Amino acid sequence: MDLELAPQHEAFRASVREIAQGVVEPLAADVDRRHRFPEEAVVAAAEAGLMGVLIPRDYGGAGLDALAFTLCIEELAQACASTAVIIDVHTSVGSEPILLFGGEEQKRKWLPRLASGELLGAFALTEPAAGSDAASLKASARRVGGDYVLNGTKVFITNIGRAGLYIVFARTGPDERAAGISAFIVPADSPGLRVGQLFRKMGLKGSPTGELVLEDVKVPVANLLAAEGHGFTVAMRALDAGRIGISGQALGIAQAAVDQARAVLAEKPRQQGDDFALVDMATRVESARLLAYHAAWLCSAGRPFTRPASMAKLHCTDTAMDVAIDALQLAGEEGIIAGSPFERHLRDAKALQIYEGSNQVQRHVIARDLLKYG
Amino acid sequence: MDFELSEEQVAIRDTIRELVQDKVAPRAAEIDEKAEYPKDIEELFAHNGILGIPFPEEYGGISGSSVTICMGIEEIAKACATSSLILAVQALGSYPILVAGSEEQKKRLCPPLASGEKVAAYALSETGSGSDAAALKTRAKRHGDEYVLNGTKQFITHGSIADTLVVFAQTDPEADHRGISAFVLEREKSPWQATKLEHKLGIRGSPTAQIVFEDVKVPLANRLGEEGAGFKIALAVLDRSRPGIGAQALGIAEGAFDYALNYAKERNQFGQAIANFQGIQFMLADMATQIEASRNLVFRAATKVDAKSPDLTKIAAMAKLFASDMAMRVTTDCVQILGGYGYISDYPVERMMRDAKITQIYEGTNQIQRVVIARSLLR
Repeated sequence: MDLELAPQHEAFRASVREIAQGVVEPLAADVDRRHRFPEEAVVAAAEAGLMGVLIPRDYGGAGLDALAFTLCIEELAQACASTAVIIDVHTSVGSEPILLFGGEEQKRKWLPRLASGELLGAFALTEPAAGSDAASLKASARRVGGDYVLNGTKVFITNIGRAGLYIVFARTGPDERAAGISAFIVPADSPGLRVGQLFRKMGLKGSPTGELVLEDVKVPVANLLAAEGHGFTVAMRALDAGRIGISGQALGIAQAAVDQARAVLAEKPRQQGDDFALVDMATRVESARLLAYHAAWLCSAGRPFTRPASMAKLHCTDTAMDVAIDALQLAGEEGIIAGSPFERHLRDAKALQIYEGSNQVQRHVIARDLLKYG
Repeated sequence: MDFELSEEQVAIRDTIRELVQDKVAPRAAEIDEKAEYPKDIEELFAHNGILGIPFPEEYGGISGSSVTICMGIEEIAKACATSSLILAVQALGSYPILVAGSEEQKKRLCPPLASGEKVAAYALSETGSGSDAAALKTRAKRHGDEYVLNGTKQFITHGSIADTLVVFAQTDPEADHRGISAFVLEREKSPWQATKLEHKLGIRGSPTAQIVFEDVKVPLANRLGEEGAGFKIALAVLDRSRPGIGAQALGIAEGAFDYALNYAKERNQFGQAIANFQGIQFMLADMATQIEASRNLVFRAATKVDAKSPDLTKIAAMAKLFASDMAMRVTTDCVQILGGYGYISDYPVERMMRDAKITQIYEGTNQIQRVVIARSLLR
């Protein structure tokens, strides 16, 4: 048993930290205030090779493991949660389905462009009436000759309008639930694909979120990912891994909140009540960190990790929210002023309890697994 | 990173698991009810080498690894917290010798502890010095080649049954905590009296004694480290023993959780198993998640003991704090899941809830853990 990071993981973390603190963090307040895409941060991340962390070297990526990916997102989120989720969604649910389920030709065609950052990836599963109950989605894909014709509306799509390709889930078969769903690689410039409403959010304001509208979008058969009817498997596997990334994002926000609260306390006369609050925050973050790393380690080792990933997502994101609230409390008036990192962390953290499977869905996943396997 | 136990550790764990299932679990309710020290379980552990886990091979033991100790305590505590203290306190009472003893002292004192022929205990607390351990009053005066001890120790786990007792006493009261020294008392040479056994909420089979020293003579050869080094030794020992209490809390929580999970699957109300209700499912999911989070922290602290990491103090305190608070919440929720049956002693979860409480108090209260952690965070 060795619960410390290996030297190569420590070195990778340090290299991400340099970009995160040097380039990403100074933009964070402005990105939040102006609701703008952190273009410079994403470009810097691409130049540093952070858009292809999980993509093998053969396809132009860095060929690192899930633990390295978690560290990458954790470090980025410590600087700017918006930048972190843009890169997280791109890397996990936006690219990994092609890596895991794509044919050789699909991998050669798309992965190098995703790894370099030329294309930003996105994931289009959720619909207005299919959130936690993803298997009830309604978007359709009808086979016409050598193409599928896609119709439907997707919502809450991260990287909307910025993505170069969307992994879209639509119904190909007669089955009304999971077995009728297929996955497609849909380039953003496909005719009939357009951005619908853009959402204004309470947090993660630099990360664009909105509707993806598909009106008779023709997608070549070559862009079908995995077999017809296997789309739901693709989505669930992508989300399992995605949950590890979100755990990393939560850890980053939580650690930033702890560090900033500690800095505030260091300037004030010591009060035991404040000290104890900080201790409880820091202790929770430590417990959450290991849960995330454990899930990532299992994933890297090719072992089952669905339950650990759900536990990590649940505990890390609940911790981020609680810690963000407590950090603001310790900061007092300074924390509540718009533009302070404390109020931003609080707004950013809330999204994490909701997306990538709400924490109620995580509890459902964990309980189902417990009742089945003990 | 590697989250796996070694093959050797897995083999030790499986042995313990089997013994616990066959011999310890069936005794747990009776041990609690009668509040009697389970000498039979101590002998069982001694015969099977379990009491040798805290010691390296060169001192007659089988491991010496904190990870292995924590794993052992966790496994035993799943069934019986009292029995888990037999291993935990053997480790606690031996750490001072392993941490600060000379080679001669280790070679002489450890083998009978490792074999289980002798039982160890640790005497730091006094009536007037609990969390403020540095305020202890027990006096050790040197006369030639021996020390003479006078004073009273409070809340000494296994103090009445131990053969070997590590005692912290003032050799130079003027020097405050720098005047504290550590001694190993061997009962046959330096007999002490257990004057009172406490009646307790939990860990009822584990004797908690008040101990009185009246002109007890201890040979110079049994002083650990230099005069005045005692407080430092006590703190170093607590860094090593706290992950073990975290492991105990973890085991208690797991024992209660496993019981509640099975109960929820079998208990029918409103025509179906209560495990079908989402309210119960979410409680189970939260408990399992908190248990997993605690396990990682406990074993991280244990690996830091083994690696002698500089940030051991902070992580060990975090592990003890987080795991014991978790155990209290989880066992309370397990009682809740069993409802009325959870509240009665026909079912084990109320005992586990009572046992969990002490893990928030001993080996440094959780308030003291927070002080320790705050000191390292805000340094």
